[in-house]
Amino acid sequence: MKKKFKVLINNKWCKCCSLCIKFCPVKNLTMTEQGVKDSGKCIGCKLCERYCPDFAIEVQEIKK
Amino acid sequence: MQDYLTLLKLKKLPTTWCPGCGNGLVVKALAQAMHELKMNKHNTVIVSGIGCNGRSAGYFNLESIHTLHGRAIPVAEGIKTANPKLNVIVLSGDGDLLAIGGNHLLHASRRKTNITVICVNNRIYGMTGGQASPTTPLNAKTASTPFGNEFPEIDVQPVVLANNNLYARSTVYHFDHLKQVIKKALLDKEFSFVEVMSNCYQGYGKKAGYMHPYEIIMDFKKNYNMSRSHKKELKKNEIGFVKK
Repeated sequence: MKKKFKVLINNKWCKCCSLCIKFCPVKNLTMTEQGVKDSGKCIGCKLCERYCPDFAIEVQEIKK
Repeated sequence: MQDYLTLLKLKKLPTTWCPGCGNGLVVKALAQAMHELKMNKHNTVIVSGIGCNGRSAGYFNLESIHTLHGRAIPVAEGIKTANPKLNVIVLSGDGDLLAIGGNHLLHASRRKTNITVICVNNRIYGMTGGQASPTTPLNAKTASTPFGNEFPEIDVQPVVLANNNLYARSTVYHFDHLKQVIKKALLDKEFSFVEVMSNCYQGYGKKAGYMHPYEIIMDFKKNYNMSRSHKKELKKNEIGFVKK
């Protein structure tokens, strides 16, 4: 069974620098008017979490 | 919530820095390194000087001091001399440590006080609007050098290595390497110096022709190679650590 992940974004701390969008290898994250949005394709590489300079992203595994 | 965030003052976030600034990554790397080493919160002091990175001391949930311009190292040395049990970390920028505080770096490395200095080198005076600093590369266009910088950049490595101290260099792109190098410096028993190449998009990158902070960070990947030998000097385009 493939693991599933969700990207939690703290919009209070996010400054919309879009580093996470550029680093994402599967183009999961997109910029909207409300901020960065997760579109459910996350593979759990955690590059966005690592390179977010504002501590705003956390990647969690979805457990069933 | 990630565990290392307990080391930061969450009430003060978001940080005051520009979007995409590398300072946040350095704060994150230091917090994660301290968390992984299980350092005692009540036994650690962070000292910073003036500049963009000088703000970072205020975000740590520890005893921290935001000192005068360039005087971060003497204050840290004073703290360590008064109470040798404390772990003292200096976290400051290149304009603070190498320009106005260059003299103090020279003498702290001679005296071999057991402090860890983390110098975030973004190659510019970012806070005042992007003027050329001693670490600005030759021919770089900045606010104060519109026709290109005339003078070559300063090299700190020989100053630190002359007294057989630990010198390390890393970039914000090589995040795990940065964490490892910071851990090594924190565990070192003498004066240790970590130079972190960081990105400044608003002050330096825009005039240098970059379109996004991402491009500066990816340039670090292209331009820096890992060094495997720990006894010789690092070349200009190498990251790693040296302890003679």
